Amino acid sequence: MSTTSDDQPGAPDGPVWTGENLLGLEDLSAEEITAILDQAAEFKSSSLQSNQKLDLLDGVVVANLFFEPSTRTRTSFSLAAKRLSADTIDFTSSGSSLSKGETFIDTARNIEAMGASLVVVRHRSPGAPHQLARRIDAAVLNAGDGTHEHPTQALLDLFTIREKRGSFEGLTVTLVGDILHSRVARSNIWGLKKLGARVIVCGPSTLIPPRIEELGVEVAHRLDDVLGETDCVNLLRIQFERQRGAFFPSIREYTHFYGMNSERLKAARPDVMILAPGPINRGVELTQEVADGPHSVILDQVTNGLAVRMACLYLLHRCQVEGGRA
Amino acid sequence: MSRCVIRGGRVIDPASDRDAVGDVWLDDGVIASGPLEGDLDDEWDASGKIVCPGLIETQATFQEPGWDGDETIASGTAAAVAGGVTSVACLPETQPVVDNRAAVEFIRQQAERAGACHVFPLGAVTKNRQGDELAEIGQLVEGGAVALSDGKRPVANAEVMRRGLEYARMFGRRIFHHPQVPELVDGGVMHEGLYSTLLGLGGMPAEAEEILVARDVALAEMTGGSLHLMTISTAASVDIVRRAQGRGVDVTASVTPHHLVLTDAELQTFDANCKVDPPLRSREHIEALVEGLVDGTIEVICSDHRPVPAEEKDLELDVAPFGIVGLETLLPLCVRALIDSERLDWPALIALLTSGPARVLGVETGSLAVGRVADVIVIDPDLEWTIDPSKFRSRCSNSPFGGWQVRGRVESVFVEGQRVYSLEDRV
Repeated sequence: MSTTSDDQPGAPDGPVWTGENLLGLEDLSAEEITAILDQAAEFKSSSLQSNQKLDLLDGVVVANLFFEPSTRTRTSFSLAAKRLSADTIDFTSSGSSLSKGETFIDTARNIEAMGASLVVVRHRSPGAPHQLARRIDAAVLNAGDGTHEHPTQALLDLFTIREKRGSFEGLTVTLVGDILHSRVARSNIWGLKKLGARVIVCGPSTLIPPRIEELGVEVAHRLDDVLGETDCVNLLRIQFERQRGAFFPSIREYTHFYGMNSERLKAARPDVMILAPGPINRGVELTQEVADGPHSVILDQVTNGLAVRMACLYLLHRCQVEGGRA
Repeated sequence: MSRCVIRGGRVIDPASDRDAVGDVWLDDGVIASGPLEGDLDDEWDASGKIVCPGLIETQATFQEPGWDGDETIASGTAAAVAGGVTSVACLPETQPVVDNRAAVEFIRQQAERAGACHVFPLGAVTKNRQGDELAEIGQLVEGGAVALSDGKRPVANAEVMRRGLEYARMFGRRIFHHPQVPELVDGGVMHEGLYSTLLGLGGMPAEAEEILVARDVALAEMTGGSLHLMTISTAASVDIVRRAQGRGVDVTASVTPHHLVLTDAELQTFDANCKVDPPLRSREHIEALVEGLVDGTIEVICSDHRPVPAEEKDLELDVAPFGIVGLETLLPLCVRALIDSERLDWPALIALLTSGPARVLGVETGSLAVGRVADVIVIDPDLEWTIDPSKFRSRCSNSPFGGWQVRGRVESVFVEGQRVYSLEDRV
């Protein structure tokens, strides 16, 4: 597929994305990311705002394989598939292959044998979706692999910023918190840099991974130092479950330096956007009044997540059909 | 017994400083001075080829006893011979652990039954490789252990390591140690650096190795013990060893060929066959390792043969076991890393695979001197071939080198004067 055809329902003009899988934003160009965001915008107006179900994936089976607990992302993918009239299979299991006695690849191959052509995978191990993509014919969508990437989360963050600000040129986005253990941070860095934003990562030195500057980001350790030059703050969740050992002395000290509260909001730009991938720890990364205040776009992110995931599912399916794979 | 001659090859024997075109005479299982009187059983032409001692592997993991579905002493030694390796020292990472005399003797007995090549067992330093109490080192030695090692499990307790070096010294045995601070690599999958940051994979910092290399060198110096650092992988490790050797500390070190031809960037494919311990490092470390080989600081190259079945390498990367199955690709990877790059010549490379390992292990093989055991291999140095792990004689094929075009192949192998392998008869 090289061009979009006019009779294609819901297909906007402009750049296209023809991936076989969606594994990470590292693999995508600015044009491809833009194509997904454009498609998501189209779905947001044609389906979500008018509450219309589309029949673009009628007869297609979408499998949601969640090998790690998730409520938000799993529900969002499941609903996105249903909005497009796909049939869905939800498979949830926590723990690694070793604890189950069946490898996750075997699990996926079984689900594929039931007819799934789009497989959404969440896994605690980095690279698990990549390993899977080599072993099954169905398209694989990475719904978060350990501490590696979470492409649809970054796409919905990008979508939300673009929707409010129009463009990324001249925009400064600060990712705050546990960068080391954050797949959201890695995917956001790739996406934001490709689309032309300036990116600052801000967190305690123990939670900033080595040589991160080589990805083209700036590093800060004090939120107060960079807040004044920031257009969008993305407050990453502290990943209590991924931390081994002590990376900071206490929650109280973390909140003291990195928590977003009303005081800090006063020092920020008047039009600052507050994003958070969720689930948020109220009182840790941000206070109640910030989370529910006028700068917060946290619930917009959730709505946009649905549109972005519809776009990813649809575009991958269209690529399969036009590539003769389905 | 068989009497034969291998004629006209370039005979390279680093142990006797020999590098000349000539004949090698084999009589009744030992190297003879030739020409032999009377009828010969066989005569082999090796013109255009290299004739050298059979290679010596200093640290293979055969999974017998314990996990003999993955590898046995028979399948492991068959793989060794196909790679030109005629002596194998095997790590005591078995179930039960080789930490007592009966276990050592079992390994030797199984090797005898397999009858493919020489097997030299390593005994454990500590009971059950737990790192707490010394194993019965004296009886392990009496049973045939050539050196002591807890395999890939570091002896974390410095006091235990100190006493181990002191005690093993009494029996003239070396301790083979895997230097790595366990708490710094906990949850680690790969080298800590740019790529671990990109991939979100747990890092194993170079310093985790260097800290224990420095500690072990200090303990060897303190005790007068003999230390072998297994497969060092970082620039600072090479430097610490070089300076210690300069002070007269009895410390030796090895590297693997995969640490010379692959970098941590390979993990971008999330291929578990690139998951090894120590991890693949970055380019600057590789250069330092090559310098260590060139100046003699590192005197052994070993394959660190470690069979892992496909179903375990198929697991998630952070769960899949470490290891590469290496005996059958040892030589061509060394050729690529060191000969093709013109960093070493053939005699220097063969020394790293024969006389160096023999000295470190304290064994008599690895030499073509008259009267020595007739373990001889013929190498075609220019033969180009494609690595195909499905054709390995090992029971496992966990290798990232499938499809690699390489140069240099073992053509025939003699163990104790008997021709036990030839490339043309290979099925």
